[in-house]
Amino acid sequence: MYAFLARRLLATIPVLAIVAVLVFLMLRLTPGDPAAILAGDAANTEQIAQIRAGLGLDRPIVVQFGIWAGKLLSGDLGESFYYKQQVTALIAQRIEPTLSLAALTIVIAVLVSVPLGVLAAWRFGSAFDRLLMGFSVMGFSVPVFVLAYILIWLVSLKLGWLPVQGYQRLADGFWPYLRHLLLPSITLSIVYVALIARVTRASVLESLGEDYIRTARAKGLPEARVLVRHALANAAVPIVTVIGIGIALLIGGVVVTESVYAIPGLGRLTVDAVLARDFPTIQGLILFFSFVYVLINLLVDLSYVLLDPRIRY
Amino acid sequence: MTISRIAAAVAAAATLAGASGVALAQGDAKVLRVVPHSNLAILDPIWTTAYMSRNHGYMIYDTLFGTDEKSQIRPQMVESWSVSPDNRLWTFKLRKGLEFHDGKPVTGDDVVASVARWGKRDAMGSALMTFVDRMDAPAPDTFRIFLREACGFVLEALGKPSSNVPFIMPKRVADTDAFKQIDDYTGSGPYIFRKDEFKPGDKAVYVRNPKYVSRKEPPSGTTGGKHVYVDRVEWNLALRDAQAQVSALQKGEVDVLEALAFDHFETVKKNPNLQIPKYANVNLQYMARFNHLHKPFNDAKVRQAVMAAFAQEPFLRAQVGVKELYKSCPSMFTCGTPYGSPAGSEIQSKSNMKKAQGLVKASGYDGTPIVVMKPTDLASIQKLPDVAAQLLRQAGFKVDLQAMDWQTLVGRRAKKDPIDKGGWHMFLTAWQGHDIWNPIANAALDTRGEASGWFGWGKDDRIVELRNQFMRATDDAQKKKLADAIQVRAFEVATHVPLGEYTQPMAARKNVSGFFITNSNLYWNLKKN
Repeated sequence: MYAFLARRLLATIPVLAIVAVLVFLMLRLTPGDPAAILAGDAANTEQIAQIRAGLGLDRPIVVQFGIWAGKLLSGDLGESFYYKQQVTALIAQRIEPTLSLAALTIVIAVLVSVPLGVLAAWRFGSAFDRLLMGFSVMGFSVPVFVLAYILIWLVSLKLGWLPVQGYQRLADGFWPYLRHLLLPSITLSIVYVALIARVTRASVLESLGEDYIRTARAKGLPEARVLVRHALANAAVPIVTVIGIGIALLIGGVVVTESVYAIPGLGRLTVDAVLARDFPTIQGLILFFSFVYVLINLLVDLSYVLLDPRIRY
Repeated sequence: MTISRIAAAVAAAATLAGASGVALAQGDAKVLRVVPHSNLAILDPIWTTAYMSRNHGYMIYDTLFGTDEKSQIRPQMVESWSVSPDNRLWTFKLRKGLEFHDGKPVTGDDVVASVARWGKRDAMGSALMTFVDRMDAPAPDTFRIFLREACGFVLEALGKPSSNVPFIMPKRVADTDAFKQIDDYTGSGPYIFRKDEFKPGDKAVYVRNPKYVSRKEPPSGTTGGKHVYVDRVEWNLALRDAQAQVSALQKGEVDVLEALAFDHFETVKKNPNLQIPKYANVNLQYMARFNHLHKPFNDAKVRQAVMAAFAQEPFLRAQVGVKELYKSCPSMFTCGTPYGSPAGSEIQSKSNMKKAQGLVKASGYDGTPIVVMKPTDLASIQKLPDVAAQLLRQAGFKVDLQAMDWQTLVGRRAKKDPIDKGGWHMFLTAWQGHDIWNPIANAALDTRGEASGWFGWGKDDRIVELRNQFMRATDDAQKKKLADAIQVRAFEVATHVPLGEYTQPMAARKNVSGFFITNSNLYWNLKKN
């Protein structure tokens, strides 16, 4: 187990190194000039050239990479071209809103979708099952921003229950924090409810056909216990995998939701950095997201041991 | 707990939450919550020409002169000034009681350092500096500008209302290399920037400067009294979605939207709790810019044919759509300002597509596809290239309409490369009126070819000569005459094509009052009830 953990952690180093090289090169090959963006619309070519030199972008790419990689090895992600702040500080500022949004979204999604998926599997082919599948298709199909506008109109403008936009930090109080997160989390959770409910349904359905379920029922166990302790527990591995991927995707940037609800999270920072060709920030963010992906995948793999005793590392 | 009980509990909690929100809103009655037109990233308004940085500058800095609502230059920090008979020595005396946020007095030395730094960055400032022999501060409240030869735009330059504005900073800050950004935001303006509360991409906060000494005159443009009636102004930098902005305004979560999307104009107009304040009498202008370096637009005849094809109405109708927000203006200088005039514009204003087609044939256009760059992510101008492409095709041009994000366009337009190596033929943009209102400020009329700096690099020696005369002219009538002559020549050689003017509407809650003609986004004189 520990050897597996050590191996996997060591494996992240080449992964992150490859990502670092790729993202660095890709950004340099992408059209767009950070200096022209920073200079403003009325700037002339001379001013742009001066800014470019100031940013070190007039140096050969190999030199630029060497400087960046050297700093990276000492844990320095560099300074944002756009905001003139350390990239680590920018990520630290934005991580709380994104993590909060991701966490609440996943909590809502899991609490709603897993019971629905189990029930749909249990009542396979019933009206409820068909309704849930229909809802899943809708959940996948309706764009998040459309859903957001509808919910804002209904919950915020008509009912006046929750704010339209903004984010309050947890340090400013739990109620304001929750009030501002609830609507975006509900908006975002719809697609995850659809996804996790479908996976849960399929997985539990497969379990329900197994011999041990027949045995459990033959022993006279209550149906709820059969469903939860036997069917769901054995169907958990794919469900946890999907939830893990969901968390990673959510941290990797929920751009539209953060934009519509004015949440200053990592997704919004990524978009701003890309639009401004803020190379250090983009590089730092992509490395961070890669690390999160690797870490969450590792945690998901480790959770298999707990969920399925047959799995050993 | 039954489903209905859970629902009731949720509803009660939500109501409680809503009530706490109301309480919060009542408690912060002196906080003006503004959604600016863009994100604020660069806090040095001399280092960049970005309008957001300029607006940030107006919050925390003061200016020597300003431009009033009639586009006239008026003193602001300056109390009085005099000019020597040969127009070469300008002596300025500062108002009494001017103080920086750190409590230190504003002195002539601060002014000299600030003007010098600005003169290294701003186009008009650089032009002024070509005339300046030296500057000094013979007394703490006095500064002087010694010119090598007389020039006619000293006050226009010092009072220019748009980027880069010559904001006055403490000497220790203004001594920063003009090509490095400052990191000390001490000003002497009506607000103090809360650096500790600044969260890039999220929020910028300004608090009232209790020591600000306002002028007695009523506010007008960037001049006059800068009275502050709120404790704080908070810029919401995270709220960028146009629909969500209007929803937040309707709900009272924000007080002012700097840039209301045209699509929402009627919605806001009909809402009894909202208003569309009049804050501008100088419009913005759309512009099509040629790349003069490459075929076919290195030929004035081809550019003239385009000018004849580009009637303004189709552009304005497609991009703005709301009739009361736009108007045709066949002028290179903003209509309604001193040099706005239809002089020489007949080739565009009295033309039609048939004539344009004739001009294209007569020009000897060789069928080179015209690369028009279209920004897909900038709602304020994204429809213009489609109209341009259509009109060009109708006139007989081949068009290669290339979609890209605005930042790619910004990077690409700075390149002089040939078309087959990533070059371009045309882009379309918008200017704030005061950025193009005279022959010096209007970058598209700097026709020094590749030396001119602004993208497109038009070359015409006659305009250069007329601009030089304009810079030296000290008589208003003579300046007007020269501006007309420059415009006539600019239409003749088709430096660029003005595509009409529009007003960018602002929206606000009805409980915000005190709006005045600023022609910019300024937050003094506003009251929130």
